[in-house]
This record gives sequence, structure tokens and C-alpha cells, in this order.
Amino acid sequence: MNFGFTEEQNLLREQVERFMREDCSLSKVRELCNEQQGFDIQLWGKIAELGWLALTIDPKYGGLGLKWVDLMVVLEETAKGLSPFPILSQALSSTLIDSCGSEHQKERWLPKLANGEMICAIALYDEPNWISEDSIKSSVTLKESSADLGGIKPFVNDANLATHLLVMAQSDDGLKIAMIEKTQAQISVQPTVDTTKPMASVTVNGVSVSRDDLMDCDAEKLDYITNCGALGTTAEMVGSSEALLSLTNEYAKQRIQFGAPIGKYQGVKHRLADIYVDLESFKSLCYFAAWCADDKPEEFARAVSMAKGYSSDAFNQIGIDGVGLHGAIGFTDEYDAQLYLKRSKWARPMFGDSNFHLERIAQLGGI
Amino acid sequence: MDFDYTESEQSFRQEVQDFLRENLPPKKDRDEHFLKNWLEKVRERGWVGFSWPKAFGGSDGGLIEQAILKEEMALAKAPPLGTSMMGLAWVGPGIMEYGTEEQKKKFIPDILDSKVTWCTGYSEPNHGSDLAAIQCKAELIGDHYLVNGQKIWTTGAPWSQWIILLTRTDFKAKSKHEGITCFLVPMDSPGVEVKPIKNMAGDKHFAEIFFTDVQVPAENRLGAEGEGWKVTVSALANERSSIGEVTQMFSKLDELKELVRSTRVQGRPAAEDPAVRRQLARFETKIAAMKYNGLRYLTKQIKGEPLSSETSVNKLHRASLEIEMDDFAVSLSGEAGLQLKGGENAVSGGSWSKSALNWPNVVIGGGTPNIQRNIIAERILGLPKD
Ligand SMILES: Cc1cc2nc3c(=O)[nH]c(=O)nc-3n(C[C@H](O)[C@H](O)[C@H](O)COP(=O)(O)OP(=O)(O)OC[C@H]3O[C@@H](n4cnc5c(N)ncnc54)[C@H](O)[C@@H]3O)c2cc1C
Repeated sequence: MNFGFTEEQNLLREQVERFMREDCSLSKVRELCNEQQGFDIQLWGKIAELGWLALTIDPKYGGLGLKWVDLMVVLEETAKGLSPFPILSQALSSTLIDSCGSEHQKERWLPKLANGEMICAIALYDEPNWISEDSIKSSVTLKESSADLGGIKPFVNDANLATHLLVMAQSDDGLKIAMIEKTQAQISVQPTVDTTKPMASVTVNGVSVSRDDLMDCDAEKLDYITNCGALGTTAEMVGSSEALLSLTNEYAKQRIQFGAPIGKYQGVKHRLADIYVDLESFKSLCYFAAWCADDKPEEFARAVSMAKGYSSDAFNQIGIDGVGLHGAIGFTDEYDAQLYLKRSKWARPMFGDSNFHLERIAQLGGI
Repeated sequence: MDFDYTESEQSFRQEVQDFLRENLPPKKDRDEHFLKNWLEKVRERGWVGFSWPKAFGGSDGGLIEQAILKEEMALAKAPPLGTSMMGLAWVGPGIMEYGTEEQKKKFIPDILDSKVTWCTGYSEPNHGSDLAAIQCKAELIGDHYLVNGQKIWTTGAPWSQWIILLTRTDFKAKSKHEGITCFLVPMDSPGVEVKPIKNMAGDKHFAEIFFTDVQVPAENRLGAEGEGWKVTVSALANERSSIGEVTQMFSKLDELKELVRSTRVQGRPAAEDPAVRRQLARFETKIAAMKYNGLRYLTKQIKGEPLSSETSVNKLHRASLEIEMDDFAVSLSGEAGLQLKGGENAVSGGSWSKSALNWPNVVIGGGTPNIQRNIIAERILGLPKD
């Protein structure tokens, strides 16, 4: 029994912290998101060099062979500074390839994901708020040596930043995933509340893929990748909530009204204490879920649903209160609190909102 | 990170389970000798005061084994390991840390052997949350102290033999935390008068106590004069791992699920109502969060990092769950939820309606939620005191 991090994991955390401070500060993030659609190829190269894209990939395919707990550390720390880099999309892509790809496909793709040469985004579901195989309407028609894709994936995270897309589609032979080059599809970036998490609709009508680029999937694997997505999103929520709590807490110590720091008043301090309670709690649930991902697969679904079911709504409220406790300054574009509120809106529905996850907990709990 | 138990931890768990299988008959088969035998047997095993030093009759048990023991006992719904909950929880640890050699010899074995029951005389009519402001007076006269004043809400006072008593010995001290002194007082001392108070659930567990010219020998002082606050704070800090409570709440959740399965609302099974399903899931999530918070804090302790006030996190969860779970059961059952034991339509023998009146035990007894929030805000987040 040990609910702590290893020395290596603590060093990794420090490394990410340093990167975020020196290379990816919030002013840099704003600049990236306003002008460059959230991307900087040089910094991406640095991230790859630091090994963060290779963490969970098998050493056979150029990875580091580490675990979700390690990846979680990176996601937590990068999300403190609202990094727009598609580390989560990349990790989910390599996870998807690892669980669905053939040996040959893994050899072809994973090393390039590990070193950042390929940037991959995943297109799973076709309808908003519907985590189910039934929500996948996009199709793939199988032919002799190729296959034709059809359909629209309206909500693909990071599609515009990617070089490649993994598209989930239905075929006569069950669920398939097609690896396509981004240029093959029509990408239309959508305006959303959170510019640090770009989202695009991807139209794949008439895109032809080689059979070599198709992987077999099924409901269970789809579920697994969704769980990984929910875990990754929760890890990011932990980091972002921590940063917003710290920002708001510091402000509450400095801002003087009625002759005292506002943090002296219980309307303020008790709300901050409640934020701390929620954050500690979904952090514990998230850490446990990350451990389950690798070491207790039979508990993973329930653990992840608890983590995401708790954090989605809690972070949303933390976003609102983080802005509200600042007063008018929190409402300004210039002040950073609002960026976290926007991130909380993004995170809430991703890979299942609280309604979805709470329902699943009830089912798994025999109700 | 590793949530699995080592082999020796697992075999300890096995030992506890085996013991329980042999020595804990179902409730209906327990005769009048059961409790006495039980207390002797757990004592023999060294499980009473499990974490206490061997020198004092404990077992030097590790933090994880301690958690396993608590967990298994709670899972089996076993009776307590001793009759003096407060003696084991903080009076004993307080005496081991601050007591004289005579006090240790005199009090510790009796606590472990369930020979005496202790109660805790901290709160006063005018000083509850603001405990350090207490006014009950103790004055040194020759070789004894003379105590005058009043305590209230003292749980177990009607049947306890001893009280750990907080008094003020210096009324001119610079701060309210100074000038407080702690005593170990026999409840049958002349001048001690106990008046039980009935609570809203109908029970008489706590009482007010009047002290009129009570003579307490100076050798019964715990710690130095004026050191009482320190003694209290460090003793209460022994009240820690929440794993036993978490286990109890998980079994309560199971009972709640059972209730939901057998309940109809507006003619339809309650289990089909999404709002009901989500509420159960929220309870489950919160209890699980308490469990993993507890394990995270346990890991910190094992690594030798001091816990600050993190335990307030679980206290706040527990307080809200304690109110909400029973209340949910009562509300779900509609009119039938109002009936008490003996009612023709009482739900689960009236246990929900009864426990729905008992939440103050947990929610107010150990420091109110507002006070827990102040603790987090001030000691962890570093916000100014109000
Ligand atoms: C079942 C039960 C068993 C108990 N057993 C014992 C026992 O064995 N021994 C013992 O010594 N005591 C015991 N107590 C007393 C208990 O410790 C006190 O009730 C508790 O500390 C609160 O004090 P109070 O009741 O005087 O309420 P008060 O302190 O008067 O509080 C009243 C209300 O004001 C709020 N409040 C107070 N101060 C603040 C603040 N600074 N900021 C915000 N809100 C505030 C509180 O949260 C509460 O809601 C017991 C109480 C109960 C209910």
C-alpha cells in the first residue's frame, strides 16, 4: 500500500513544471491560441525530446514503457498552465493503436508518435453527449484492398493541430478505426468557448484508405479508450483546479475591502475551503483510477467514472467561483481566471459528463 | 503508487478474518457472556491499543495493520475493542505523552482492560467552538486543586468513572490558550453532580456536570499547570485514520441500495428514477473519495511527513454524508419513512427514521463544519483568521 509518487515521478513533475514556467507561460499560451491556433512546432519538438509523448508506449516501439500514473503527472502539470499542446490526444492515439493495431501497424506508427513526428488526434463519437457505439454513424465500406470512409465527426479535439487522424467508423464487419492523413479530410475549426482546446469538425466523405491503415475495434476497446480519455481529462482538471485555487487564494489574501483582506470573510474563505475539499477528493479518485488503468483493469471503469463524475461538476463550479471571488477583475479578458472557467466548460462533457458517469457507477454498483 | 497489500499485510488481514469467523457469532446467538469474552480475546491478541508502544501494553502496530484491523472490524460489524472509546482514542495517548510514571501505571492498564470508562469534559455552556475560552476554575490549595464550574454535552458522563477535565488555572494569562490546565478526575468525587440531557432522538447519552468545591489531588494534574491546551490538542490529534468510518458508510450505502430496490415511488420502482440512481452514485463517489483521501494521508504519515489539517477534508465529507444518506432514505420512503420502530409500516424497522435524528453526534460533536472550514482555510490555505 503506497499512495505516493516515486523519486522519478517527482523529478518528472519538476521537469514539466520548469517547462511550463520557462517555455509555456500563460502569456505564451494566449499568444499561441490567439495567433497560431494553439501550436508551436519548436516547443512540440522539445516536448517530444523530453520524452512525454513516449511515456506509455512499449519500448519495443520506441517508447519508455511507463504507466498512466506517469502520464497523469505530465497532464496535471501541463494543465496547471493550460497548455494547448495535444499531449492527451497523442497519448490516446498511441493507446488506441496499442490496443487495436496489428504488430505491423504498431511498428509503423508508434515510433513516430513517440518521437512526435506524427501528431495524432482521435475522432470517436458522432453526436454530442452520447457515449455509445450507437452514436457512431460514420461508416467505412470495405473493398478488396481499400476502404471508403463516409460521415462527419463534428467534435474532434486538436484535429487542426494534427498531421493524422484516427477515425472510428462502422463497417459490415464491426467497428473499425482508420488512420488517415489530415489532408485527406475536410477540417473546419469551430469557434468554441475554450481556445486552448481547439476543436474541429472533420468530414471524411469519400476518403479512401488502404486496408493496411484500418484497425479492428469493438465496443469493449471503445469503452477502454473512452475511459482513458476520461482519466486524462480528469488529470488535467486536477492541475487546472489547483492553479485556479492558488490564483484565487493569493488574491483573497491581498485584496483589501472593509479594511481587511477578503480572505478573512467566511463567505470567501469557506468557499475556498470547499474548493480545497473537492480538489483533494477528485485528486485522490484520479490517482486511484490512474493506478487501476495499469494495475487493476477490472476496477478501472468504476474508478474512472468516480473521478470524472466528481470532477466534471466540481471543476465547473470552481471555475465559476474562481472568477466570482475576484469581483469585476475576474471578468476581464486580461486576467487569467477566466481562462480556467473556459477550460472547465471544455472538460465537463469530454468523454462523458457527470450524468453519464454517475449512471454508470449506479449500474456497476448493482442498481 | 501501489494499492496492493504486501504478503505480511495480507496474512495479518487473514488472521483478523479468521479470528472474527471463530469469535464473532451472529447477533442472535450472542449470550450475556459474549461481550466479556470478546473483550478478553481481543485484548489477548494485542489488538486493543494496537498502535500503542509495547512498553505500555500495546502492540507497536504499524499504521497499515492498524487500518486493516479497523477495516475488518467494521466490515464484520464487530463490537468495539474496548468499553472506553475516549480512553482508547485520546485519554490514553494523552497520558502516555504527558503523564507521570504513576499516572501511566495507574490508568493505562485499566483502559486497555476495559476496566474503566472515561468521558471528556471540555465544552461549557458558554464555550463550545471557542473551546480555549473555557472558564471552569481550578485553584491550587496546598496539595490539591479546588474545582468550581460547569461542563456540558459530556458524552457518557452518566456511566463513566473518570473524566479528563479542562480547567482554567490562570485568569490573567496573556492569551486564552495559556492558563488552561488538564486534570484526571474521578466522577464520584464529592461535589460532582451529573444531570443527563435528553437529545432529539430521545436518548440520554450526554449530560451537564456541575463542579462545586471539588477537591482534585495535585498528582491528578495531566501535564504542567498552564499546559492544558497543548495536552488537549496533541491528544485529539490521535483521532485519525477514517478507514473504519469509511467501511461503515459503505455498508450503510449497501443498505440504502437495498432500500431503493424495494421501494416504489409514484407507482414505479425507485431504482428506475435517474435522480435516485445518480444520488446513490454521488454517495458512493464521496465515500470512495474519503477512502482514497485517507490512504493518501496514511502514505504521508508512513513517509514521516507530518499531517497538518488534512483530516478536516474527510470530516466535512462525513458530516454531509451523515445528514444526507439517512435523510435520503426517509424522504424516499415518503409517509412510511416517518414511522419509528413499532410502526406498522416502519421502513427497515424504523432504523432510518431514528438515525436521521442522530446526525448531530457526528456533525456537531467533533467540531462543526464551519469550524472545519476555518481550519482548512487558515491552516492549509493560509488565509487570515476571522
Ligand atoms: C452529540 C454530541 C456529543 C458531544 N460530546 C461532547 C463531549 O463528550 N465532551 C465535550 O466536551 N463536548 C462534547 N460535545 C460538544 C461539542 O464539542 C460542541 O457542541 C461543539 O464544539 C460546538 O459547540 P457549541 O455546541 O457550543 O456550538 P457553538 O460553538 O455555539 O456554535 C453554534 C453555531 O455557530 C457556528 N460557529 C461558531 N463559531 C463560529 C465561527 N468562528 N465561524 C463560523 N461559525 C461559527 C457553529 O458552526 C454552530 O453552527 C458534544 C456535542 C454533541 C452534539
